[in-house]
Amino acid sequence: MSEKTALGAVARPGSRSTFRFREVGLLAFIIVICIVVQARNHNFLTLSNITDLLANTAILGILAVGMMMVILTRGIDLSIGATVALSGMVSALTVKAVPSISPIVSVGEGMLVGLVVGAIVGIVIARYNVLPIIATLGFMNVFRGLTYLISGGAWVSSYQMSPGFQAISSGSLFGVGNLILIAVVIYAVFGYFINHTKTGRQFYAVGSNPEAADISGLPRRRIVWLAYTIMGTLAGLCGVLWVSKFASAQSDTATGYELTVIAAAVLGGVSINGGTGTVLGLILGTILLGILNNALPLVNVSAFAQQFIQGAVILAAVLTNVIVKRNSRRHALRKRAI
Amino acid sequence: MSDRVISVDRTWSFRRFILQWEWMLVLIFIAVNIVGSSLSPYYLNGGTFLTAPMGFLDVAFLVLPMTFVMILGSIDISVGSTAALSAVVMAVSFHAGLPMWLAVIVCLAVATACGLLNGILMVAFKELSSVIITLATMIIYRGIAYIILRDQASGEFPKWYSGVGWGYVAGIPIITLAFVVCAIIFGLVLHATSFGRKVYGMGNNLTASRYSGIRTDSVVVIVFTVTGLMAGITALFLTSRMGSTRPNVALGYELTAIAMTVLGGVSTAGGKGRIIGPVLAVFIIGFLNYGLGLVNIPSQVLLIITGLLLVLSVLVLNIRFSRGHQHSAPTASAPAAARKTPNG
Repeated sequence: MSEKTALGAVARPGSRSTFRFREVGLLAFIIVICIVVQARNHNFLTLSNITDLLANTAILGILAVGMMMVILTRGIDLSIGATVALSGMVSALTVKAVPSISPIVSVGEGMLVGLVVGAIVGIVIARYNVLPIIATLGFMNVFRGLTYLISGGAWVSSYQMSPGFQAISSGSLFGVGNLILIAVVIYAVFGYFINHTKTGRQFYAVGSNPEAADISGLPRRRIVWLAYTIMGTLAGLCGVLWVSKFASAQSDTATGYELTVIAAAVLGGVSINGGTGTVLGLILGTILLGILNNALPLVNVSAFAQQFIQGAVILAAVLTNVIVKRNSRRHALRKRAI
Repeated sequence: MSDRVISVDRTWSFRRFILQWEWMLVLIFIAVNIVGSSLSPYYLNGGTFLTAPMGFLDVAFLVLPMTFVMILGSIDISVGSTAALSAVVMAVSFHAGLPMWLAVIVCLAVATACGLLNGILMVAFKELSSVIITLATMIIYRGIAYIILRDQASGEFPKWYSGVGWGYVAGIPIITLAFVVCAIIFGLVLHATSFGRKVYGMGNNLTASRYSGIRTDSVVVIVFTVTGLMAGITALFLTSRMGSTRPNVALGYELTAIAMTVLGGVSTAGGKGRIIGPVLAVFIIGFLNYGLGLVNIPSQVLLIITGLLLVLSVLVLNIRFSRGHQHSAPTASAPAAARKTPNG
């Protein structure tokens, strides 16, 4: 149903202010939430809680980076929850069998698993024109089934993991947690890649107008393939981080998490119609979701109400964005009339 | 939008008739049954074809309206949550003292209201894709279910109610009868009424449909509202078969329903597909599940098979129809197959 005509409008410089508004709006929303929560519970804006919050949001943030790339190319990836589970399970089983394995190797192993499955998904979508939502839905089942098969339905628990493996997530460097460090590095690399390299800009070109990209000779299929491969690799990394953080690998790890990741990206202003989205918006969207998760229990909102509040915030943010865009377009038209 | 060719007075050709996706589904269905009966002697005995569907038909009620939604070119991922919310409201209103028949009506009303809200959001905010709107309402509806019932289960319904899911009329399970009736109604509406033609038209070219005088907004609202109503019917049968309900019932039903619809040859790009395909797909996956369960093959294998079946079926469609059309298939969102075969 999406009206593709809206796409043309967002690419024009006239609507730049809309983007600014979105990010400023998100920031304002975050500040208001922080003030309200802080007023009711003084433990919220303490250093330890903020560190907790960031560490708990890091995995979501890393996955959101990959999802933004995929959505930029007009795609969607529903298979990442299963990829997280698969790569986490593979690396956990390896650690269980060979406890002396280096944590670096574990991380590399998880990323390799993610790379392979992401590349397969990418080939099916980019080369054979299978709709992303269908292909990733199918592979979601395949990867989830594989995870059950290789684990036999059993868990890998904390006592079967070496301390080195668990330290991947719980350890820290210069007093900053590894999870936060990894996320910051990925965001820095990604921010440079998407804004300042040729290949990075091609993601936007391919997403905003695939036909034009083809005609201008851009390697559209390769870009689309790359998006899913990067997404898979990041999901593989997150699988290791997830298992190491919670010190348990289960077959149903991260079930349905793909929808949370999509929600974070959409909240951050990444348009599902492709070609639109900024790194700053993505960070703000992810942090907003992280704050909601962290702050609601602190102000004694029942755990059962949290899902509703999350959904309502997402809907409100998306609808507000549309209304603001409509108003700014009407103003632009009025100016032109005079 | 893409440049699809639609000719009304197509000549009948044997080649085109035999190359229909539905025949492929029939072949797969026969293959599934051959494999099933060779695996277990109990597979094909007597009442299998009557009793086995009771286990998988509740999700099938979602497949019928999902076909309409996807022919429109939209998608609705809130159906599982709608079913959960309406089931929870039904249980709570029954325990609040309402008679059961009234609670059932409340269940259907809540589900219809959920669908109506989706539809209204869809037409009021046309800039937004249906994925986003129904993703948000999916989280919201299940969130409300959790607020109402927390993590408890609610059951102890009157005896006649469990007969809805488990009962028989004239030797045929009620749920099968209900599904057949619904499938016939949906099939007739889609293929034999002007409403059905409007749905196809909007899926192929929304702008042209609007300019031709179709009230596109009301078609969208009606389709999404009916989808909600059918989610309510799913909730009725599911709750009746399980005997109780929780906020986390019907988790993932939306993805199962979408998978079955796509396997049935309905394209998410819109404008293509028939009701018979998804109905066949329901029985393929259902009997596959049933047969593998009989010989104790873990359900995880089924998960893999379903996934591969889904991807491969679309792959085969795309490869077969896109030969020689590589250059005219610039977008990943409009597979070449959609152009070559506009609904038979």
